[in-house]
Amino acid sequence: MEKSGEKNNRRDFLFTASYTIGAVGIGATIWPFIDQMNPDRSVKALATTEVDISQVEPGKSITVLWRGKPVFIKRRTKFEISEAQSVDLNELKHPEKDEDRVKKSEWLVMLGICTHLGCVPLSDKGEYNGWFCPCHGSHYDTSGRIRKGPAPVNMEIPKYEFVDNNTIKIG
Amino acid sequence: MSDNYVPSSKFGKWFNDRLPLLSLSAHLREYPTPKNLNYWWTFGGILTFCLVAQIITGLVLAMHYVAHVDLAFKSIEHIMRDVNYGWLLRYIHSNGASMFFLAVYIHIFRALFYGSYKSPREVIWIIGMLIYILMMATAFMGYVLPWGQMSFWAATVITNLFTAIPLVGESITTWLWGGYSVDNPTLTRFFSLHYFFPFLILGLVILHIWALHVPGNNNPIGIEIKKPSKDTVPFHPYITVKDLFALLVFLIIFCGFVFFSPNILGHPDNYIPANPMVTPTHIVPEWYLLPFYAILRSVPDKLGGVILLFASLFILVALPWLDRSKVKSAIFRPIYKWIFWMLVLDVLVLGYMGAMPAEGTYLLIARVGTAYYFLHFLVILPVLGSIEKTEPLPLSISDPVLKG
Repeated sequence: MEKSGEKNNRRDFLFTASYTIGAVGIGATIWPFIDQMNPDRSVKALATTEVDISQVEPGKSITVLWRGKPVFIKRRTKFEISEAQSVDLNELKHPEKDEDRVKKSEWLVMLGICTHLGCVPLSDKGEYNGWFCPCHGSHYDTSGRIRKGPAPVNMEIPKYEFVDNNTIKIG
Repeated sequence: MSDNYVPSSKFGKWFNDRLPLLSLSAHLREYPTPKNLNYWWTFGGILTFCLVAQIITGLVLAMHYVAHVDLAFKSIEHIMRDVNYGWLLRYIHSNGASMFFLAVYIHIFRALFYGSYKSPREVIWIIGMLIYILMMATAFMGYVLPWGQMSFWAATVITNLFTAIPLVGESITTWLWGGYSVDNPTLTRFFSLHYFFPFLILGLVILHIWALHVPGNNNPIGIEIKKPSKDTVPFHPYITVKDLFALLVFLIIFCGFVFFSPNILGHPDNYIPANPMVTPTHIVPEWYLLPFYAILRSVPDKLGGVILLFASLFILVALPWLDRSKVKSAIFRPIYKWIFWMLVLDVLVLGYMGAMPAEGTYLLIARVGTAYYFLHFLVILPVLGSIEKTEPLPLSISDPVLKG
């Protein structure tokens, strides 16, 4: 005859094994129901956009839609560039050099989305001559860096490249 | 009571032995109710009406609405202009949401004044808070469906709250959107959930009432009474008639909005189709979310604001354990009586600040209001429980009246 202690151990093992398999099975069944909400193939397929920038005058900007989000393409004036480059990094909430945020200093390409709660900031507004978000009052400078207000970080720079002098490919 | 109820007909008895629906109905009719309930107690019935009205109008609106970014806005205009009585159904539904919140706020503040959340009714209160949170989620998703400018930007701002969560925030938000921004997948899932949540609420309402019927109603003097006794009356016809009368008065106000100013609680920008390139200059949520919006904006830090917003809601769930006083009704609590009205004022002030731009004096007042809100629940209530000298409680509901 077996000792009762061993019997219990065997039973405990069976219980634990059954619960574990059961939990894994339920998890595996739930996953498709959760994952169906993630971006689907048709959404992912629209990942790049090409933009013709030959018509943009200095000091002007255009807004294009990429992945459903506005992207600001701003041709900065000399003054705006020097303003962006001359800022002391210690003054910044999210320190980034202007040089690291652009590929050509004349062109600033960034997601036109306030990093606070996703509104579209207004251009040439605010205390730093850059952008101002009307929703909750964040001020950005001419490099799109957060200077004042509730936004935690600078406006995001998307992945982009210059295909030629007049064309930018975003994504 | 109804536990030993026996149907009079033979068929009734046969049926009731197999499914005791008749016993349930007898229980609901005879349910002993404190005889001193005032009109603040009629809002439970009014809220049940609101939920049913929302479900029925929503059901028929869904027969005409199209959940697609290119068609949603047009289908709303189609409902307003082409569908027979479409304007009426939509205005009942959209104003019904506001009426629902009006009633739920009165219902909640009634519970706060008379201490209805205290032992033995904590579970009723917690279920009620879950209903309230689900109501806000449902209303928010419903507001997105017309796909106007306010719809789109409300969806954007609220879903962006989740980006504040460290590490996983971005993935959660992308998952909620089903893309890289609020777009068609977001709209279709909001429609699906907006249809489903009310039934979840209905289920919780049944649990809410069930949990209520275990200890029975609290009452204006907040003492536990013997049930049934000379302090109680049967629910039917005494309470049904009173609830019905209150509902009729409530419906007059409801109809006033629906027929005379159906858009006064809405925002004109929502009659502009959604445009992901332009944010309206001044975006505000619906009025019933304004106090929480003010709390969110009063914190200059993104994560901090979001944490405080959710804390302000979940702190209510813990209320039965934050209020240490054994005395329920504010009538017998000379200090709490004032503290209660201070909280009402505070919430109203926060609501007003939520509608104003977040700058200068408005922002300062919103910050003071936010601080006071948390002070009320985390400091004043716990301390008051031990220092307040409460007035003596009557022995029964009839007691003070008969002595008088």
